[in-house]
Amino acid sequence: MDMEAQRFVWGGAIPLQIHLHESDVVTLPAPPPALILAPRIGHLPLLASLLKPHFSSALPPRLDTIWFEYKGLPLKWYIPTGVLFDLLCAEPERPWNLTVHFTGYPGNVLIPCDGEDSVKWSFINSLKEAAYIINGNCKNVMNMSQPDQVELWRSVLNGNLEAYFRVSSKLKLGTVGEDWAAKNSCSPKSRPNMGETDVSGQVKAGRVPVRLYVWSVSEDFDDLEDAPQIDGWDKVSYINRPVEIQGGGGRCFTLNDAIKSLLPEYFPDKSLIPEESPTVGEEDEQKVSSEDAIKSDIGAEEEVEKSREHTKSCNQYDDAEIKLVRIQGIEPKLEIPFFWVANNLLNPEHFLHICVYLKVPQINNM
Amino acid sequence: MEALGWDGALSSRDFYVAARAFADNWKEFNSTFPPWNWVPSPRLSQLQQQLGYLSLERICLLGSSKEDVNEENHTGEEEASEPVDNATLVESSSPQVCYYDFHIVYSDSYRVPVLYFRSYYIDGQPLALEKIEKDLPACSSKVLLESKWTFITQEEHPYLKRPWYKLHPCGTSEWMKLLFLGDNSLH
Repeated sequence: MDMEAQRFVWGGAIPLQIHLHESDVVTLPAPPPALILAPRIGHLPLLASLLKPHFSSALPPRLDTIWFEYKGLPLKWYIPTGVLFDLLCAEPERPWNLTVHFTGYPGNVLIPCDGEDSVKWSFINSLKEAAYIINGNCKNVMNMSQPDQVELWRSVLNGNLEAYFRVSSKLKLGTVGEDWAAKNSCSPKSRPNMGETDVSGQVKAGRVPVRLYVWSVSEDFDDLEDAPQIDGWDKVSYINRPVEIQGGGGRCFTLNDAIKSLLPEYFPDKSLIPEESPTVGEEDEQKVSSEDAIKSDIGAEEEVEKSREHTKSCNQYDDAEIKLVRIQGIEPKLEIPFFWVANNLLNPEHFLHICVYLKVPQINNM
Repeated sequence: MEALGWDGALSSRDFYVAARAFADNWKEFNSTFPPWNWVPSPRLSQLQQQLGYLSLERICLLGSSKEDVNEENHTGEEEASEPVDNATLVESSSPQVCYYDFHIVYSDSYRVPVLYFRSYYIDGQPLALEKIEKDLPACSSKVLLESKWTFITQEEHPYLKRPWYKLHPCGTSEWMKLLFLGDNSLH
């Protein structure tokens, strides 16, 4: 596998300027902020070993768990640092000004964190979840030897991609959608072979572990600088659902398709409607859509029109619009093949974290 | 369902249908017990009305789970063992009441139902994990000791976005298979 993109992902870092919260300052003058280059794939509590010495002279004697906030919003430590930045800074702020606390942990909002062990196990449990999505079981992760487990975690901590590949290859998580891509038009070398993929009426779908963070705004903005601030986690929908790469029909499954498949309430999918909605589950409707899957290009227009009619009553977000998609700090074109994104921009726990800014017009009559 | 070839997984629609049926049956056959309710996702969307979870809340545990056990099995013998309490200290005659909330949420990753729970005292203060451990069946507290990070951990509740305890689901599909096979092998 070409590791170039992964090298960039692993090398990615956010310049942080971290201020000690005034309630934790017990000596004057207040200490200067700490400047740290934090790895994108890392987690904020892992910075404790750098921050504690920096602020030690000012800190009270009894310290609680370390936690961070950005403009009053407590940051979830289990979300990778790069994802927090992509999500919370519409217009990237460099350095990113965060506030660190060593007391008053907001345990009602944030999952408790017992330092590195918590972060490590959050990583391992996510890896298990990803393995389950990909292989249908997590035996390879569960049966990992103790030394391998230690080495895997150390490789992530130290950003050592070679060591990481050495150990993680034993987990047989493979790359997603390769077979599928080889048979379809995503790969420029081979033309789609519809006879082959549609023999059984369906293509074996690859499942891709995805964590999707959706921030929806009602008012439009032209400039990201004018984007409203995220001031509470309730403004962000978090969707933890695998993407099923759908092949067939010779159409390339794009990033756009993947995101929309995770947001059926905003982008009702023609093939999802009969199954998901009890109000439109008619027999002939279902037939039309399975036929349609085979000759998608011909019948697609008609089908979309049809399902629009059906869903008009239940879909209140007809004009939802994807304003921006960020993955690993990149704003990729929505037309790129999803399997490329999945194989190259994933985090070490094998999840692809996607941040989406969604414009959803306010519905007045609801 | 064909149990032999089945991988133990459910679709979210299977879960929705089964959960609703379970809640209905529970109400019918256990009408004296607190109800399991289906809580739809707060995200407003009729297309996704099948998103949601099963909920059983404010289940009261008195001291070390005395009161809630087998009401229908109450016999004179059990009553007779009660006076033991007289020997204990005065303050424990009013044991601290605690409550448990249980939610069953469908996991798209594992394609099985997952148990989330939380427990708290009457004033809303959450119980420490060590306290919860004492309320677990003996075999579970043993597993908890052996695998601190892979059995029960605190995670964000998928709908409520608050820390809840979660029973890890990676073995659940195996249990589901056993459950269905068990039905067959009994005959």
